[in-house]
Amino acid sequence: MFAPLFARELRVLLRNRGAVFNPMAFMFLAVMLFAVGSPLTDNSRAQFGGAILWIIVLLTNMLSLDSLFRRDYDNGVLEQVISTAAVPFVAVLSRMLVQWIGTGLLMTLLAPLLCLFLGLPNQAIPITMLALLLGTPALSLLGAVGAAITVGFSRGGILLGLLVLPMFLPVLIFGASAISQAVAGEGSSAPLYWLAFISMLALTIGPFATTAGLRISLQMQ
Amino acid sequence: MSLKELWHKLGSPRWFYQMSSPWVTAFGFAAALLLVIGVIWGLVYAPQDYQQGNSFRIMYVHVPAAMVAQSVYIGMGVAGFVLFVWRMKLADVAIAACLPFGVMLTTLALFTGGVWGRPTWGTWWEWDGRTVSTLVLLFLFIGIYALREAIVDVELRGRASALLAMVGTINIPVIKYSVEWWNTLHQPASFTISEKPTMPPEMWLPLLVMVLGIYCYAAHNIMSRMRIEILQRESRTQWVRNLFVVDKVSGT
Repeated sequence: MFAPLFARELRVLLRNRGAVFNPMAFMFLAVMLFAVGSPLTDNSRAQFGGAILWIIVLLTNMLSLDSLFRRDYDNGVLEQVISTAAVPFVAVLSRMLVQWIGTGLLMTLLAPLLCLFLGLPNQAIPITMLALLLGTPALSLLGAVGAAITVGFSRGGILLGLLVLPMFLPVLIFGASAISQAVAGEGSSAPLYWLAFISMLALTIGPFATTAGLRISLQMQ
Repeated sequence: MSLKELWHKLGSPRWFYQMSSPWVTAFGFAAALLLVIGVIWGLVYAPQDYQQGNSFRIMYVHVPAAMVAQSVYIGMGVAGFVLFVWRMKLADVAIAACLPFGVMLTTLALFTGGVWGRPTWGTWWEWDGRTVSTLVLLFLFIGIYALREAIVDVELRGRASALLAMVGTINIPVIKYSVEWWNTLHQPASFTISEKPTMPPEMWLPLLVMVLGIYCYAAHNIMSRMRIEILQRESRTQWVRNLFVVDKVSGT
C-alpha cells in the first residue's frame, strides 16, 4: 500500500518542479542576503556560519510547508485519500516523506555549496551534511502538523510560522552546535545523537497528529 | 461519589457550573489569604540574601509565576487530550479559559525576570536558556490563541487547538532541556521535587506559600473564566435563562 502512494507523490513532486526549485532558489537568495548584509570575517564565519545555515534551512522548510497539502486540499484529492485509504496514516506519511526528499534531502546534498557560500571550512562539510540528514526529518514531520491545521485557511502562511517555528528551536540549537563544534575541530557526536532523537520523536507523533489535523481541516471546507 | 461518576458528570457543563460555585469562592479566599501572608512574609520578614541583598525578593513573584505558567500549559495539553479522546465539551471551555491566564502569567514571569536581571546580571534582557524557554512558552500560548481566533466553527476550533496543545506539551520538555543545555546563566531551579532546597527555610517557606497561593489563584481565575464561557455558550438553553429570570424575580 505504501509503494503506490509513494510513487504517486514522487511523480507529483517531479512534475511540479516549481515546488522543489523555488524553495532552493529562496535558500540561496537568503544566503546571499546574509553574506551581503553582514560580510563575514574568518572568525565570525566559524562562529555564526552554522547558525545562519540552520536558520535559512528552517525558514526555507517553513515556506515549502505551506504548499504541502494545499493543492491536494483544494482539488479534493486529500479528502479522497483520507476517506478511502485503508490506513490514512500511511498516505500522510508518504506525502511527508516526499516533502522531505524535496527539501531536507536536497538541502543535505546541497550542503557543500551552502558551506562554500557561507565560508565554512571544508572539514565541517561531512558533519554539516550529517546534521542536515538527521535534523531535517524533524522539521518536515513536526512542520506538517502545522501545515495540516492551517491548510483550511486561505492565508495560513504567517500563522503556520507562528505555530511551527517554536517547535523547530531544538533542531536549530543542536544543528548549529554540531556545525560549530565541527568547525572548532571537536567531536560533534552529542548534538548529532540529539538531532536523531528529535527526529525519532517527531516520527512517533508527527504523522498521527498530521492525520488528525487534516481530518479537522477537511471538515472546515 | 466515585471517580467514574464524577467523570461522567463532567460531561455536563451545567453540572460543572452549579458544582464550581463554592469551589471558586474557596479558591479565591485561599488565594487571597496565602498571597497576603506570602507577600508580607517574603517582602518584610524573610532575611536578606547575602549576595543579592533585597533584590532577590522579586523571586517571590517570579518563581511562582514561571512555575504556574508551565503548569497551566501542561494542564491545557491534558484538557486537549480529554477533548480529543472523549470529545468532552468542558475541556474546550478549559482550554479557552487557560489561554489568557497563561499569557498573563508568562508575561509576568518575563517582566519580573527582567526586573530581577537588572541588578543581578546587569541587564534587563539576556538570551539565557530559561528566559528563552519561557519566551517559547509565551509563543506557544500565542500560537494557540491565534489559531482559535482564525477558526469560526466552535467544535473544530476546539479540536484544532486541542491537537496543537497536545503536540506542544510533548515538545515542551525537549525545548526546555535543549535551551537550558544550550546556554544558561540562570541560577538553578529554586524548587525541585527530588532535592532539598539550597535556601534556608526562612527563605523558601514564604516562597512555598506564594507558589501555593498562585496555584489557588490560577484555579480561581480559570474556573471563573470557565463559568463565564459556559454561560455564554449555553445562553440559549433553558437552565441559563432560568438562572437570570429567577434572579430578576427575587430581586424585585
